[in-house]
Amino acid sequence: MSEVKYSKEHEWIRLEGDIATIGITQHATELLGDIVFAELPEKGSKLEKDGTAGVVESTKAASDVYTPVGGEVVETNPSIVDNPSIINQDPENIAWFFKLRIKDKSEMDSLMSKDEYDKFAKETTT
Amino acid sequence: METKKTSLYQLHQDYNAKFVEFAGYQMPIQYSEGIVEEHKFTRNHSGIFDVSHMGQLFIYGGDELIRDLEKIFPLDLKNLKLNHSKYSFLMDKDAGIQDDLIITKINEGFLIILNAACKDNDFKILKELLKEKYKMVLDENRSLIAIQGPKSSQILNDVIDGVKDLNFMSGNWFLFDNQKVYITRSGYTGEDGFEISISNNFVSKLTRELIDKGSKLVGLGARDTLRLEAGLCLYGNDLDKEKTPVEANLKWAISKERISKGDFIGSDIIIKQLNNGVTKIRVGIKPEGRVIAREKTKIFNQSDAHIGEITSGTFGPSVNGPVAMGYVENEFSKKNTKVFLEVRGKKHAASICSLPFYKKSYVKGSNE
Repeated sequence: MSEVKYSKEHEWIRLEGDIATIGITQHATELLGDIVFAELPEKGSKLEKDGTAGVVESTKAASDVYTPVGGEVVETNPSIVDNPSIINQDPENIAWFFKLRIKDKSEMDSLMSKDEYDKFAKETTT
Repeated sequence: METKKTSLYQLHQDYNAKFVEFAGYQMPIQYSEGIVEEHKFTRNHSGIFDVSHMGQLFIYGGDELIRDLEKIFPLDLKNLKLNHSKYSFLMDKDAGIQDDLIITKINEGFLIILNAACKDNDFKILKELLKEKYKMVLDENRSLIAIQGPKSSQILNDVIDGVKDLNFMSGNWFLFDNQKVYITRSGYTGEDGFEISISNNFVSKLTRELIDKGSKLVGLGARDTLRLEAGLCLYGNDLDKEKTPVEANLKWAISKERISKGDFIGSDIIIKQLNNGVTKIRVGIKPEGRVIAREKTKIFNQSDAHIGEITSGTFGPSVNGPVAMGYVENEFSKKNTKVFLEVRGKKHAASICSLPFYKKSYVKGSNE
């Protein structure tokens, strides 16, 4: 099983070889409420670590999605654009956002483990 | 200033409400099922809204009061029947809208329902305009709840017998637990429904009984998506002092008889605008794609000229797509006019459309 890490901006990232799959966390979807719109980066575009990579909107407001690592977008998930509600239903699996060919694996080092993220999420919302 | 709580605060907590501060009150924005489910439940069944933050202004008086109020509101109040309601606005001398409201003729005078954020200022303005001649009570001892949606009539009638015989935009006094409650058949969702004015001490009991009969609590989030789909204005967004009722496309609410006399506050401007037209006007706007254009989004025409601004925009769960309204220059206000909305630096196609976005379908199953 590949390793999953988490960012302070509530993204998850799963690395397999040099391809990272990125999405938003269950906790993020709970904060956002019903997600009704998703915008993804363009395939082939190059993203910097912590740069804007897309947008999600709930009925209430729009929120940016950031990428926790830099790289080139190799694939995006059209099903979350067509049916944004699956982001609420299964955010850390089916509703991934995009895949990157990452350029610098060391950027993963500063990210959090599952336990660290759960603790962080709990502390920042209470 | 400390935020106020309504008498239903504990009940909201019991139902896991997420709270937001609105007009100085802690109000539920949603409960555990979320805005989309609450919206759909209201459209298909019945939703209960706590709107106790709104002002309930009782003004007591007879014929003289009617004459004095006609100097303020563009309504034919002398012909307003007992227990009938009208939508109207409080304007300044330039016909700028200071608040929009519902006024109901009651036995001893009038009941006016005011927006929460405006009610204290409205009270001050009205007191001054009426020269303190009448007893005026902005009643803090009464709560206000709305029950909206196709099943609401049956549900409320099971608790308070007789309400289902009320006609739209009319009301009456009823008894709940030996308490006098004033109920009008009205609302702000585009659905059939009722608004209930009841003593703070009994509002939780009534609400719990309505929930037991099958209605559900619905937060301000869904109230906003419901009213926008229904094409209804939100004061502070779609209406404010910079806009007149004619610009807001609400001239249907101005009495023709009163315009012919023209003796109410703001009437000069209203008559001028009705005769000469306006430069900007409120319209419905339907984005072509899925991008949501929210308030303050700039509107452009096909030659890329800035022609207006969105005042309310969200995702409409029953429309299953984005919906918006805003003000555009009059020449671009025709239905089906193509416009562009600038969202996050990109222009997205949209078209001007008629309101409401959602029309009630009265086709129902035979065994509900």
